[in-house]
Amino acid sequence: MKFRTFAIFVGPSVVLMLLFIAWPLVSVLIDSFHVSRPVMETVSVEVCTPGFLTQTCTREETIRPLVDAAGQPVTERLYVGLESYRQLLQPDVIAHAFSAGGKGLGEVLNIEFFRALRFTITFTLVTLPLVVGLGLVLAIAMNAVVAQLRGVLIFATLLPFIITPVIGALSIRWLFVGDAVLTNFLEWLTGHPVAMFAQGWTIEILMYTYRVWHVAPFAFIIFYAGLQTLDQDALESAIVDGASRWERLRLVIIPHLAPLIIFVSLIHLMDAYRVFDEVIGFSSQAHVISLQYLTFNFLMPDQTGGRAVSRAAASSMLTMIGIVILLIPLLARTWRDHKRGR
Amino acid sequence: MLTRRLLAVSAATMAFAGPAAAACSFRNTVPIRSLSAAFEAWKAVTTAMAECGNVSSELDQEFRRKQPDAFAANPALYHIGGVSNGTIVPLLNANTIRPLDDLVAKYGQNLNPNQLIRIQGRVMAVAMMVNAQHFMYREDLLQELSIAAPQTWDDVLVAAEKIRASGKMQHPLAATMRTGFDLSQEFVNLFLGFGGRFTNPDNTPALRGEAGTRTLEMMRRIAGYTDPNFLTADSTFVQRQMQQGRSAMTNLWASRAAAMDNPAESTVAGKVVMAAAPAAVPGGPSATTLWWDGIVIARNIPDAEADAAFRVAMEGIDEEMVRANNDVAVWLIRGYRPTRLSQGVVASAQGRAPSYPSTPTMGLMSSIIGERAADFMAGRRSAAETLADIETAYVSRAREQGLIR
Repeated sequence: MKFRTFAIFVGPSVVLMLLFIAWPLVSVLIDSFHVSRPVMETVSVEVCTPGFLTQTCTREETIRPLVDAAGQPVTERLYVGLESYRQLLQPDVIAHAFSAGGKGLGEVLNIEFFRALRFTITFTLVTLPLVVGLGLVLAIAMNAVVAQLRGVLIFATLLPFIITPVIGALSIRWLFVGDAVLTNFLEWLTGHPVAMFAQGWTIEILMYTYRVWHVAPFAFIIFYAGLQTLDQDALESAIVDGASRWERLRLVIIPHLAPLIIFVSLIHLMDAYRVFDEVIGFSSQAHVISLQYLTFNFLMPDQTGGRAVSRAAASSMLTMIGIVILLIPLLARTWRDHKRGR
Repeated sequence: MLTRRLLAVSAATMAFAGPAAAACSFRNTVPIRSLSAAFEAWKAVTTAMAECGNVSSELDQEFRRKQPDAFAANPALYHIGGVSNGTIVPLLNANTIRPLDDLVAKYGQNLNPNQLIRIQGRVMAVAMMVNAQHFMYREDLLQELSIAAPQTWDDVLVAAEKIRASGKMQHPLAATMRTGFDLSQEFVNLFLGFGGRFTNPDNTPALRGEAGTRTLEMMRRIAGYTDPNFLTADSTFVQRQMQQGRSAMTNLWASRAAAMDNPAESTVAGKVVMAAAPAAVPGGPSATTLWWDGIVIARNIPDAEADAAFRVAMEGIDEEMVRANNDVAVWLIRGYRPTRLSQGVVASAQGRAPSYPSTPTMGLMSSIIGERAADFMAGRRSAAETLADIETAYVSRAREQGLIR
């Protein structure tokens, strides 16, 4: 292809990527080094509020935002360097945790960012094999079903994937919260009082289960499509060679599906690392939070109307770095395969 | 979902009331929009406003998050805002609501003087009702077990132990301890009850100390008698616990009192008594804070529209509305007759409960307490560590916002 033709085809998407991916990333990076804040002044004021029958007035020193002639609050933008990253990562606490008299990992995990990181990584790594495994089992099982039933079964299997994530999480939560149906069932089964939302680990189990239930159909449909392209001759010769069911799976089917397994893993790693809906759906903020939730929380106005934009920017930069690190092994493998294929 | 349904309802009332304009003293021709919380009192007020015509009201429990941005737009997206002494802070900080002195002089003849919320000498809001978390308990159950009405939190815990021991209830107490605002409110109530101060005069935090430790320990003892999922318990959850007879005592918002007597959803109608919030220490003030709810008018709108909006709002909070909705809230408006249900707020006010302070430092402190107190309640951190964590987080955010030099 001539360079000119190539450029005309690729040009628009390069421009759009620069505009909607590269530029926002750079601006977030710049934001993470700056803090915007209102300029404050101290004044003495009289504050009156209703008591029940009379009014109570008090005179107090208060700090208030400085307002310009147009009635807009005056703000200043300061360069703070790595301060926002320092507040997120708290290196001094980490140093203390691992020095003599420190409490080690437990103390580090008390820092919001590392608490979120711990959960995010556990969540990603626990759900990955389960999603791939369950997807594979479903696909192979579906392949063995009589052809007439497949349409209905595939549709039924895909249903969880179609449900809006937050809605799905909320419905599961309502099955377990307080004295809901399934909590009562568990209490009857175990003979102990059960409170699924009273401690972190039970909520985490619910979150893992929910995510696997929700995403496994995606893995299933990809693997099922892959199975349709499987060379039947290879499979039959394996049978002739006396390969058992397990050997056929390990030596014929899985190698055939390998590129798809990597594809599903890549997509799932990226999705799971951005876990957010589960935190909202299961209202797990008190016990477990994820990195995306942390960023979201910084961006939400607090009760004074302020947003921690700088720390939100820093936390999303760190989240992005995390995703890249997680993807490196899989990308490296794909790259090796690609080079070998040439 | 809820928002959409409420929007539909308000749109319906608007369509209904539009041509009739029955109970309104004038015919409003300027389109007016309002945004407020979604509890009963606001439904009553916005319905009364709609009678003037051309009013569309949005009732949304997420108003807290929407209001600052909606009012900062130019022109503002809403004319009238429903606020409380907590939620007015971001609007004051961003200077997006207008002083009401001239409008009060023009249209406010029927207002009580204690309805005017003055900030820095100017009327910035008009209050319509007071609200407070106060004690609600099952009188029948306490009498049956011959327990005297508790006066302090220690009494409450003794009563809770007796009820649990009687085998009648596993979780005799209910508490709004959902992470965030609810949890911070429990802390604030008890902390002030123990005589604590949140900040020093120079805005640096003053949380560490006896009052802070005792507050957290009391919260943990209270949680011992509540449903174990307490960190997800909001006002609605607690209201249901009481209505379904699963809990016997709680410190809940006065705006939820009417629901206890609603036979359509409550199995304990008529059995719940409203009393002053228990004191944290014997002889101390009621451990709660007094809140007001009221209206503000946006700054970024033409004066003519502000004029119309204020007139409409005055129709919404007039005597006629109160007469029709007497039991829905503890109104500050003329014509209100205190009832059995308002006893809790009146008694708490007489029990020297302080007003919740409308200051940026309090807003910041409360936001952080709501997040960090959960570490203690979930057993991850000790009381002293939690208080130190809150102070550290407060200082770094207060620096960021310019509250501390």
